[in-house]
Amino acid sequence: MSVELKVNGRAVTVDVEPRTTLLDCVRDELGLKGTHAGCEHGVCGACTVLLDGQPTRSCLMFAVQADGYEITTIEGVAPQAGELDVIQDAFCEAHGLQCGFCTSGMILAARSLLEREASPTVEDIREAISGNICRCTGYGQIIEAIQLAAERMRGQNAPASPSLSRTEAVR
Amino acid sequence: MNAVESKTKFVSTDRRVREDRRFVVGRGRYVADIDLPGMLHVALVAAQHPAARIVSIDASRALALPGVHKVLTGAELVEAVNPLMNGLETPQVRRFPLAVGQVRYAGEWVAAVVADTRALAEDAAERVKVEYEKLGFVIDAEEAYTPQSTPVHPEHGSNVLLDKTFVWGEVERHFAEADQQLSFRVVWGRNSTVPIETFGVVASWDPWQEVLDVWASIQMPKYSDQIARSLRLPGNSIRVHQDVDVGGSYGVKRGIKHSVLVGHLARALGRPVRLIEDRLENMRAGDAHGPERIFDVDVAFNADGIVRSMKMRALDNVGAYAGRAPFQLGKPIGAIVGPYKIESVQYQAISVTTNKTVQEAVRGFGQAPTNYAIETAIDRVAETLGLDRIEIRRRNFIRHDEFPYLIPSGSTYDSGDYHTVVDKVLAHAGYDDLVAERDRLRAEGMLAGIGIAACLEPSGGNSSFEPLLNDKNTTSTWMDSCRIMVDALGTVTATVHTTSSGQGHETLVATVVGEVLQIDPDLIRIVRPDTLSSLPSNSPVGSRMAIMLGGAAFKAAEKVKAKMVAIAAHAMGVPIETANYVDGTVRTADGREMAWEAIVNMAHRQFHALPEGMDPGLASDHIMQVPTGVQLPKDDKVQMYPCHSFEFHLILVAIDPLLGKPEIRRYVIGHDCGTVINPHIVRGMTLGGIAHGLGAALLEEFAYDAEGQLLTQSFMDYLLPSSHEVPDVEIVHHCTPSPLTVLGQKGSGESGYLGSPAAISGAINDAVRPLGIHFTRLPMRISAISDAIAEAGPTMTQEEI
Repeated sequence: MSVELKVNGRAVTVDVEPRTTLLDCVRDELGLKGTHAGCEHGVCGACTVLLDGQPTRSCLMFAVQADGYEITTIEGVAPQAGELDVIQDAFCEAHGLQCGFCTSGMILAARSLLEREASPTVEDIREAISGNICRCTGYGQIIEAIQLAAERMRGQNAPASPSLSRTEAVR
Repeated sequence: MNAVESKTKFVSTDRRVREDRRFVVGRGRYVADIDLPGMLHVALVAAQHPAARIVSIDASRALALPGVHKVLTGAELVEAVNPLMNGLETPQVRRFPLAVGQVRYAGEWVAAVVADTRALAEDAAERVKVEYEKLGFVIDAEEAYTPQSTPVHPEHGSNVLLDKTFVWGEVERHFAEADQQLSFRVVWGRNSTVPIETFGVVASWDPWQEVLDVWASIQMPKYSDQIARSLRLPGNSIRVHQDVDVGGSYGVKRGIKHSVLVGHLARALGRPVRLIEDRLENMRAGDAHGPERIFDVDVAFNADGIVRSMKMRALDNVGAYAGRAPFQLGKPIGAIVGPYKIESVQYQAISVTTNKTVQEAVRGFGQAPTNYAIETAIDRVAETLGLDRIEIRRRNFIRHDEFPYLIPSGSTYDSGDYHTVVDKVLAHAGYDDLVAERDRLRAEGMLAGIGIAACLEPSGGNSSFEPLLNDKNTTSTWMDSCRIMVDALGTVTATVHTTSSGQGHETLVATVVGEVLQIDPDLIRIVRPDTLSSLPSNSPVGSRMAIMLGGAAFKAAEKVKAKMVAIAAHAMGVPIETANYVDGTVRTADGREMAWEAIVNMAHRQFHALPEGMDPGLASDHIMQVPTGVQLPKDDKVQMYPCHSFEFHLILVAIDPLLGKPEIRRYVIGHDCGTVINPHIVRGMTLGGIAHGLGAALLEEFAYDAEGQLLTQSFMDYLLPSSHEVPDVEIVHHCTPSPLTVLGQKGSGESGYLGSPAAISGAINDAVRPLGIHFTRLPMRISAISDAIAEAGPTMTQEEI
């Protein structure tokens, strides 16, 4: 059946079976592969997207139920190609990831937290990411990344421009 | 092998991890992201019984669905493929991707359904009718070890895959001489690392080129060789694409059965085929469970706490097939005495099959369970003698001035400074205050305990456990490689010849190459050629990549540098030894210099100007041999791994006696892995390893019922540590360089995990010691703790609240 979705600010129409999850729809119909299937039973949080700014497990709802919501996936976070947003940059700065599989969900959970709470405590951060399982990091550097992002966002600090510059000559 | 003397420019500095950039924007490239035109999808039909004869399989109703292309059974598959590889010589323990004739564990794949979509394949799988005749089965390892148990593989004759007793040193004499002895049993429960990404593989066959292209979420040594052997194809017909990001592995991503199955289907159907496990398939039949091990330990010790000798019997339950799992009893031989000067050891390694899911390599390759047993022994000796648990460790530790130190089982430890690490941890933690805090909690009515664990992380693995446990195996290398190319425009590209699962190998190579060539690592491109374009690699196992890939990159870069110096010295007419390489420029003693671009240009375009006999171009490669990996085993002894990192855990745990839930109030770890190449990466490994260890100690278990059914098949009942369970961890860093590696580095990929289960067990046992309880089994789930406390007695009963 035909569904109209608003994804990362763009209106799209997809034709899916009623049983298609939002996760499968986002990945397979829209080609947005940054949202990941981890457990497909609502525990691990790898499939997290934002629905009207709220972290939501896209494996636990059907695409047809997302009609009318503003959906944000990880692809909708960076301001433009090659430029990271503050949270993404903070995750790089603090190495708040390893394999990257849970990272999309973590960053969206962090974004939701920081939109409602400018100065989260460590406990607030732990609570906000407690529905997102990471098997690599033990969470320490993720928590630091979110603290760093909060600090920078509070100070309206633009992140330092990335050190990787390919326009420079080698020598 | 020279340690770098001057201060490093990039190594050990606080640089970003370059891989992170693609992951934070959702642009990793995982196997499930690969969409090939015309690709078909696989779903599996799973066995309902732990052991049963397959009487018949009726796929007609599945095949009747439009869009279903194939239902493959084991009976058909067995005609086309060779059995999957076994590590030991156990030819009658035959394993194929699908059950052949008989199922050997509940969940085992009986048939594979191929359809246009995964959803359709799942629908069709439900329509496959399998008729079984139930057979006897065995779940328990002790029972499986007895001669009268039902063999999982009747052709093999018993359930015993390995039963070998090693005696290193004068065990009986030391036991006779020692003042005292004690014995205990501890059990390491069946768990695994369970990555958030399940295993997946995509294969596509080109009949005109006779090449099978494979994309997989893989972390496996000699993966493409194993696919080729099983599919009866030449090695150069398998092209594994190594630019696939792996969503976590920690040892277990070794889906060889999945890969052979999908490779066969892609050839048979002439279409690309993909199999991505769902979580149930992953947990029940992904064949990725970890060790499940019973330890019986006897220790002989003197009144002053000096441990003279140890006898350890390790009985491991590998599940229904052999694979490489029995080797996980072999790797710990390389650190069988831990950081201690135990003079002699008797070690009986027993591996048995049962009707459980198949075991695979897990982070540490058997070392974490063994460390749990060794550390329990040290705690028990201290308890018996009434000695302080830290003091007894100090008394038994190998001293800094005793390295290199040969242990009884034949490995020489490269370097270490255990006493100093302990001193630093105690100073950092404020040990007296920690003890006071424990006692204050106890006075408040809480149960509180301090946990201590000291252990080694053998690293740089050269797989010497293979020839040690299998006489016919003659492996004495476990190489890794790097190639560096400087293009005509002067930019540098270097290679990684394996997949990675979050370890930051691109950062490792860029940092090391940048260090040697003295150029900004961020300007170096890192690529991953496919296996047909690759130099040998043995994948990121055994905490080896900093040592082996880092070493190969270092050596390859030195070759590039040497060539540049030779070109420039020749061009400027000075002897090579008087030319000096500084930041990419070659300088002469009299103040002249030749810049990077000029040297590169000469190498690429001006053959007439090169030294006589030199080949043109500017590229190099290096295939690195494992430091110390030379000799085959002799007299049941071998040098197992070259390098030995050290970790010392100190933790405080509080338990509310009514709830039984352990809370980690303080976690401090001292960590010494020699020279740290990237501090962010090493720190992440250690913190993540501790989280894994916490899961193994408190939460995670693949539990089976008496009927042989796996009870914990989802994340609702197989519990993973969340951000609420994993505490803040303080790392105290120490650096004892290895004399065996290019930068003094050792491994860190298994750090934290190797000691945290022992430390947590020690803390909980310290907490309940006043009640006369010993927990001897992991995981120590909340229910077990609260039950034991309630049974032990009258601290506070429900009525008193």
